[in-house]
Amino acid sequence: MPRLSAAARHTVRFTLNGRPVSGQAAPRTLLSDFLRHEIGATGTHVGCEHGVCGACTVDVDGMLTRACMTLAVQVEGCAIRTVEGLAPASDRLSVLQAAFRRHHALQCGFCTAGILMSLDVFLKAEPDPSEEAVRDLLSGHLCRCTGYTPMVRAALEAAAELRDVQGKTAHA
Amino acid sequence: MLETPHDKSGGWVGRAIERVEDAALLTGGGRYLDDLGTKPGTLHMAILRAPHAHADIVSIDTSAAKALPGVAAVLTGADVAGLTTSLVVGVKAPVECWPMAVNRVRFVGEPVALVVAQDRYVAEDALDLIEVAYEMRPAVVDPLAAMDQGAPLLHDGFPRNIASDRSFRYGDPETAFAQADHRIAISVRYPRNSCTPIETYGLVAEYDPHEDAYDVLANFQGPFSIHAVISRALKVPGNRLRLRTPRDSGGSFGVKQGIFPYIVLGAVAARVSGRPVKWIEDRLEHLMASVSATNRATTLTAAVTADGRITALDWDQVEDCGAHLRAPEPATLYRMHGNLTGAYDIRNLTVRNRVVVTNKCPTGLNRGFGGPQVYLALERLVQRIAVELGLDPLEVIRRNLVPADAFPYRTASGALLDSGDYQKTLAAGLAAGDLQGLLARRDEARAAGRIYGIGYAAVVEPSVSNMGYIATVLTPAERHKAGPKNGAQATATIAIDPVGSVTVHVASVPQGQGHRTVLSQVVADVLGLKPSDIRVNAEMDTAKDAWSIASGNYASRFAAAVAGAAKLAADRIAERLARVAAAQLNVPAEDVMFAGGKIAARSNPANAVPFSRVAALSHWSPAQLPEGVAPTIRETVFWTPPELTAADADDHINSSLCHGFIFDYCGIEIDRDTGAIRIDRYVTAHDCGTILHPGMVDGQIRGGFAHALGAALLEEYAYGDDGSFLTGTFADYLVPTAMEVPEPVIVHTQTPSPFTPLGAKGVGEGNCMSTPACLANAVADALDISDVRLPLAPAAVAALIHGAEPPAPGGARAAPAPAPSGKGERLMRGAGKAHVAAAPEAVWAMLLDPDTLAAIIPGAHDVRKVSDTKFTADVTLGIGPVKGRYKAQVALSDLDPPKAVTLSGKVDGNLGFGGGSGRITLTPDGTGGTELSYTYEAFVGGKVASVGGRLLDGAAKVIIGQFFAALARKAGGGAGTDGGLISRLLARLSTLLGRDAP
Repeated sequence: MPRLSAAARHTVRFTLNGRPVSGQAAPRTLLSDFLRHEIGATGTHVGCEHGVCGACTVDVDGMLTRACMTLAVQVEGCAIRTVEGLAPASDRLSVLQAAFRRHHALQCGFCTAGILMSLDVFLKAEPDPSEEAVRDLLSGHLCRCTGYTPMVRAALEAAAELRDVQGKTAHA
Repeated sequence: MLETPHDKSGGWVGRAIERVEDAALLTGGGRYLDDLGTKPGTLHMAILRAPHAHADIVSIDTSAAKALPGVAAVLTGADVAGLTTSLVVGVKAPVECWPMAVNRVRFVGEPVALVVAQDRYVAEDALDLIEVAYEMRPAVVDPLAAMDQGAPLLHDGFPRNIASDRSFRYGDPETAFAQADHRIAISVRYPRNSCTPIETYGLVAEYDPHEDAYDVLANFQGPFSIHAVISRALKVPGNRLRLRTPRDSGGSFGVKQGIFPYIVLGAVAARVSGRPVKWIEDRLEHLMASVSATNRATTLTAAVTADGRITALDWDQVEDCGAHLRAPEPATLYRMHGNLTGAYDIRNLTVRNRVVVTNKCPTGLNRGFGGPQVYLALERLVQRIAVELGLDPLEVIRRNLVPADAFPYRTASGALLDSGDYQKTLAAGLAAGDLQGLLARRDEARAAGRIYGIGYAAVVEPSVSNMGYIATVLTPAERHKAGPKNGAQATATIAIDPVGSVTVHVASVPQGQGHRTVLSQVVADVLGLKPSDIRVNAEMDTAKDAWSIASGNYASRFAAAVAGAAKLAADRIAERLARVAAAQLNVPAEDVMFAGGKIAARSNPANAVPFSRVAALSHWSPAQLPEGVAPTIRETVFWTPPELTAADADDHINSSLCHGFIFDYCGIEIDRDTGAIRIDRYVTAHDCGTILHPGMVDGQIRGGFAHALGAALLEEYAYGDDGSFLTGTFADYLVPTAMEVPEPVIVHTQTPSPFTPLGAKGVGEGNCMSTPACLANAVADALDISDVRLPLAPAAVAALIHGAEPPAPGGARAAPAPAPSGKGERLMRGAGKAHVAAAPEAVWAMLLDPDTLAAIIPGAHDVRKVSDTKFTADVTLGIGPVKGRYKAQVALSDLDPPKAVTLSGKVDGNLGFGGGSGRITLTPDGTGGTELSYTYEAFVGGKVASVGGRLLDGAAKVIIGQFFAALARKAGGGAGTDGGLISRLLARLSTLLGRDAP
């Protein structure tokens, strides 16, 4: 690992939602600040900056990561996915996002980006989860508006829909 | 589940359509304050905060901070006071309320200085360079103790820390108590908590010196009466304070009203630095120093007949507003003043309301606002009445509810309960939630030896606050002098553009409730359009928009007041459009209807013109407007309900316009071993009048329920007796997660309000009022106890079952139990041994040598010898997530060379303070080395205690271990008796704790 000077800014390059991006970061710059203010991807939110609330959760090389507990220089060369990359097109919603809207699974929407990222990664690994497993996953996120149940329902319905789509694709 | 609005026309109100807000929020396209970008050259503010709960500021040295490259300005309280006036205080008393401490700090987290710099990182670096010397004062945190003779005084203008003491009497309470069969009382404490929105405060402020005008963008939520408070503090008229809000806000629940002192700070910072200034609050700042609900100590006594009828209540409320009485406090205490009899028909009432200040964060708006505090007392009392009279609690509720034929019902203290059928709602709740089944489950659980309880609560949920209720804190004479205050202006504007499309603007400042969606439904119905045809803007700009003091999002006023105002504005536009269309359709205006995007003759729907053509006419051909018809370009309605009158000479006050009703009950089971509470079933039956959007109403109920569950079971802003703040992270201030929040059974009845344009009432706060009381009653029932303290965290409940935790079993290696601290800081005790390969005399010499101490005190640099037994040092230490610099003073005493010495010290820094002492005993080991044993006692306070509390014991052990390991190494003897493995572990731990390995 290269030794970085605290006084200098360093070029950080990675792919964000499939596209190459780069920017300048001091070694202490948080990934959350870097994504939001240097790259301009403001969909990822910051709620506590100590890793508990989960609002800043992003996918780094397939692993769920708290962007507020990660330094920007750590993601050099990584593939990052954020909420901006979930929808299939700019005027459409993903299956999971649409389920969130249908079930009123968000109110202020501030915690939502991190929750969508966690569920997106989770449902890929566990396409047919129990309600208990979904609640367990969601317990890594704090939401003060919804009481969580609408999110659980949205996740379970999205999982069923995604299984259905995959089943059809497999048989096609 | 929400429905996708396709092509259905008409009747949009009452349908749960998908929200227009959601697509942007789900795809990262939100426009929250910190997403909006700033002008080039914008600077960033960071705030230095008090580590002590009560202390005089002796001196502040900002020179090093000012000299740091990138820093534009550093301001202290004196600088801020020089450019502003004190924030107004809501009671008549000679006290000041500054947004930044002037001469004295009164709560942990109070702003002491601010830095403006090129970025936030540099601004925070500069905070570390500000040196503040404090002279400590004793602190008081308990509201009852604060009133004691001799208690530390916070403000000279509040004798015995009492900001207000008013007594009220309604009806004939003396006779009622004299004639009562029973007199039943309860004392309760409502704890400090907050709804903690996930987005914190944020603002961007600018100043124009040529016009002496401020422009502030902030995620403020209203009420905009606070605009007058801010402009007054900034010494400008209202038209020189432009206050704007972003489109999206990441939750508020009342809390973001409390940003206003920071608006003053940001505005002054922008003025001094000559550049726009941005500030985003961090989570520690938010938990420690934003705002909280009031904690309250209440004794409530009832006069009760033999059959459980309550004939009088006697309230004694002591409200704790924290260190300053910030606007609009003491509103939390008076918001419920008309509703102190709850849902019950009780004609006689006495009230004593005292407002006290303590060394805690100032209080402010928080979901429920006064309701949780009142209903915890009232509904616990109803349960106690049932227990003491041997009645079913449900029966006591039933016998006292306001009768269905009594509406509108004037309560003893003056509220006008607009409508309801409480008996019907109660019956609907019982049926839908299957109370009988729940009672059977309780019998079954108890028969099996399990702990199970059922609780009830019946509450009236007030909404749309009377802007005049706060004046009830003043005496009638003071009110007379100040002039009457009343009403609740709601505003809505409907505009039609040159192609005939419709825009709605409201001053409602939503924080996720979905106002834009509901307004599109309301206006679509009036104008015969689809919700997707209507564009709604709910951003606020006081320089351009219609607004008034009641504007904003609080007191559950949207559905009842704001949506109603939008309906009235749409009606007015429709009335004019009908007259324009009538001329074109050749029918009387009364025959015109709006449907399917057309304006048509009701008698012959084929006779129609497109809505947009009629709507655009005022732009393109105003001369074609029929005689006497005003243009239809824009219509603004200000609506205030006439029922919201000022308090009368006898202190009757209709504190709110609408009154919903909630009946809750629940079954809970308590784990006998852990004390954990499992909610078996929670039923909540509501009557919030006409429901405009069923999905959003249920969303409000679920969200309020989750907040209330947190308040009842988990959340408390905890303080040490010395005012140390102990819950500075979301790992310490626990809020409910998906694992703790069950889905309540939600039941609706609808009795429209006769006082609102749409028949709607508020619904967003009710469960915050009913649920804590309902859960507390269930726990009282389960454990057969009368004194229930919130929050009912497992450890507290386990103590109720098993008694207090017994001391840990003894043993040679057992750590001494944490000692109770007289002053309330985090106190730690420990002991240990080390081996040094040098004779006691050599070790003794090392302990007295500054160079050696510099080398062995963990993180020490710049050790200076003040005298033979006194040293000072700069120390850099990391505990948990907090690494910081401290100034240390070390003294040696009780010297017994070369056998024993007491080493005592004190550290102080921006991240906190601490101190302690240790006795070191040196014993020759017989082989030329020294056995060294030590005991220590240490305390820590300030930010370190707030965020690192759970880690402190471990961290203290590690740091002290490092000291002796270093001493052993320095003596040339290798490691101490710990051995290599322990040292490596220590090194690893200390790396984790944030400092370099020894």
